[in-house]
Amino acid sequence: MTMTMTNPQPTAEEAAGTKRLTAEQLERLGEELDAIRQRILADLGEEDAAYIRKVVKAQRGFEIAGRALFYLPPAWPLAVASLSISKILDNMEIGHNVMHGQYDWMGDPGLNSRMYEWDNVCPSDQWKNSHNFIHHTYTNIVGKDRDIGYGVLRMDEDQPWHPYYLGNPVYALLLMVFFEWGVAMHDLEVENLVSGGRSLEDNKPLYPGLLRKMRRQAVKDYLLFPALTGPLFPLTFAGNAVANLVRNVWAFNIIFCGHFPAGVATFSIEECEDETRGHWYYRQLLGSANITGGKVFHLLTGNLSHQIEHHLFPDLPARRYPQIAEEVREICERYDLDYNAGPLGKQLFSVARKICRMALPDRRKAPQDDVVEPVEVVTEPTVAA
Amino acid sequence: MSTTTTGTTTAPLGSLAQRVLRSRTMAALTQPHGVDRYLELVNPMWAAHEVRARIADVHREVDVPGHPPVATLTLEPTSTWQGHRAGQHVQLGVEVDGARRTTRVFTVSSPDSRPGDRFTVTMRANPDGVVSRYLTGRAAIGSTVHLSQAQGDFVLPDRVPEHVVMISGGSGITPVMSMLRSLQRRTHRGRVTFIHYAQSPEHQIYAAELADVAASGHGIDLHLLHPELGDPALSPAWLERLVPGYREVPTWACGPAPLIEAVHGAYDGSEALHVEYFKPPRTGGGEAGGEITFARSGRTAPNTGESLLVQAEALGLRPESGCRMGICFTCVSRKDEGTVRHVVSGDESSLPDEEIRVCVSAPVGDCTVDL
Ligand SMILES: Cc1cc2nc3c(=O)[nH]c(=O)nc-3n(C[C@H](O)[C@H](O)[C@H](O)COP(=O)(O)OP(=O)(O)OC[C@H]3O[C@@H](n4cnc5c(N)ncnc54)[C@H](O)[C@@H]3O)c2cc1C
Ligand code: FES
Repeated sequence: MTMTMTNPQPTAEEAAGTKRLTAEQLERLGEELDAIRQRILADLGEEDAAYIRKVVKAQRGFEIAGRALFYLPPAWPLAVASLSISKILDNMEIGHNVMHGQYDWMGDPGLNSRMYEWDNVCPSDQWKNSHNFIHHTYTNIVGKDRDIGYGVLRMDEDQPWHPYYLGNPVYALLLMVFFEWGVAMHDLEVENLVSGGRSLEDNKPLYPGLLRKMRRQAVKDYLLFPALTGPLFPLTFAGNAVANLVRNVWAFNIIFCGHFPAGVATFSIEECEDETRGHWYYRQLLGSANITGGKVFHLLTGNLSHQIEHHLFPDLPARRYPQIAEEVREICERYDLDYNAGPLGKQLFSVARKICRMALPDRRKAPQDDVVEPVEVVTEPTVAA
Repeated sequence: MSTTTTGTTTAPLGSLAQRVLRSRTMAALTQPHGVDRYLELVNPMWAAHEVRARIADVHREVDVPGHPPVATLTLEPTSTWQGHRAGQHVQLGVEVDGARRTTRVFTVSSPDSRPGDRFTVTMRANPDGVVSRYLTGRAAIGSTVHLSQAQGDFVLPDRVPEHVVMISGGSGITPVMSMLRSLQRRTHRGRVTFIHYAQSPEHQIYAAELADVAASGHGIDLHLLHPELGDPALSPAWLERLVPGYREVPTWACGPAPLIEAVHGAYDGSEALHVEYFKPPRTGGGEAGGEITFARSGRTAPNTGESLLVQAEALGLRPESGCRMGICFTCVSRKDEGTVRHVVSGDESSLPDEEIRVCVSAPVGDCTVDL
């Protein structure tokens, strides 16, 4: 199996984006972060359980309110808003986090990563493979992390340019509008089918689950609930579609702000061979970006606004991320590592600019606005001490 | 608020509501979470599929100073409870301190129950027992516990034989007590020989009820024995004197390992013997040798031959577990490669990427598990 798409010689941009630490530094970094993880794990308990149950209760409340309000045509916008919030909470603070196993320790089958299914057309087991395994293990390794551009977009200089990518902004817009469908098709690796790296045969086992989930979601949102409102069928139908759209747009934007703002580093397959725990942490740190904001904002992003903390500790309950963010930032300062954080507007703008710039072939010598300061210490990180 | 307490005949409206709640349309409307995830938020005693129960009563059976107490809990299940056959057990889950749900297996000690009927479980409060200590000491009356449906095939046949023998020790009395109570209710006309071993008369569970049984007779031969106080221990000769030709008499036995060993010895492979284990028997594990690897945590250790769960815990890992004897499937993990032996049946399996219950799987040679 060959997956190498990257240039074996690190380009200037690459070296600049990945500030090197010595092997000893990496080891200490790993130990410090492991210590945080152990501390939180030992402290998990009633508060975390009460928190997630409260969120679930709120989500179900918004869901029922949303479905019910469709019976009152003047309340249509309210119904859509309520259902959108329900879907956002369900997919992000509950679904995404529960499926990471953040609440497995509670022993509650309703909140268990092996059993949870979300209000989304992507079947949870397929998502867990592409997200929990591929994306979280190979975060930002160009050629391995299929979340870099989702196989559709060009989001990194190391993805070779092709005239197809002139459509980058259009593809991004489409992906945003149909995000849940995009996520559902993610595991089919359509881009690898085209390039010949995957055969249709490989996808066969995925179809039944995928079609079943898509059918169920469609029957619920576009047939049964509209039908239950009788003559209001078209309004309810449209309302459910808008709620799904709102969730799609929101999730797409939050997720893209997590890995694609300027300054976020990508890595080559070679750099990450025989990776140490410390280097894994280091890659997660530099490969993610946070969005600053208030409490409600963090809740609605499923705390993915703390993408850095999430990538360091994907299986700790997300409500803990804000609690440890200060500590992580302080560690970054000490190791002179970038802690990429900014308000939503800034991060979004930066992502949009990257999407447009990547549509065009590289201008080698042009000044790069996403270059982190020049490298001081350059040591091969994986060399044993 | 009163939920149906008798539950024997659900009101027509109740059954109509149940039918709607269990319908395919309701499932389609509430997918992917399912209707129970909504009902439980309104009232934990409302359920369409899952089984839960309210603790209606906790009653101390035995309280000998210096020994763990034994208590009987009366449970009032949701209408989803399908009833049980005497001798069956349930998985009982409690959320200790509102957070970690912990599930253990207990036998239903009351006679056969019908759907929705109240029933009892009787448990010894193990000194470090998470569930039993919580339920006997701290759980409030009225609080909710999680249940499975009744399971297990340690039950009497539909046509109860003329003569049955029941042998139990300590808290192993629960399944045979349920059988005895059911037989009494069914006015079984045959003979029952009921043999029970306890540490002392003070340790006797259900003492008053058994005294009544002894007094009223009705074909029940009751033998409460205390070997520590000089009563005869179980032996083929003693059994032969009590029940001539006992090897041919259908027998149900449950109790601590030494008792069950003695019973097995006495019955010598007879098909008339039925045995229930509260703990996996110590025999039948794998052999020591080779190396076990817990892939996710990156730990390796020499294989001691014990169950993978015990070996993982010995390394300081904390895999999820419930019954610890292959009943509840809480501990299911993926075995990447290697051979494991089922500690009860002795069956071996070497398939790669296989889901196994680590509590009853002992490695044979090298083995890698995703823990
Ligand atoms: C089919 C069946 C029916 C049963 N019926 C009954 C019944 O009717 N009544 C009854 O009293 N019991 C019954 N049992 C036994 C009961 O399920 C166990 O004793 C169970 O462990 C009790 O749970 P607990 O909360 O008391 O203790 P647990 O928390 O399970 O602890 C029990 C003992 O195991 C030790 N232990 C607990 N966790 C660990 C660990 N992680 N590592 C090592 N050791 C540990 C503890 O120190 C303690 O001494 C039955 C078992 C089975 C399989
Ligand atoms: S712990 Fe119950 S099956 Fe293993």
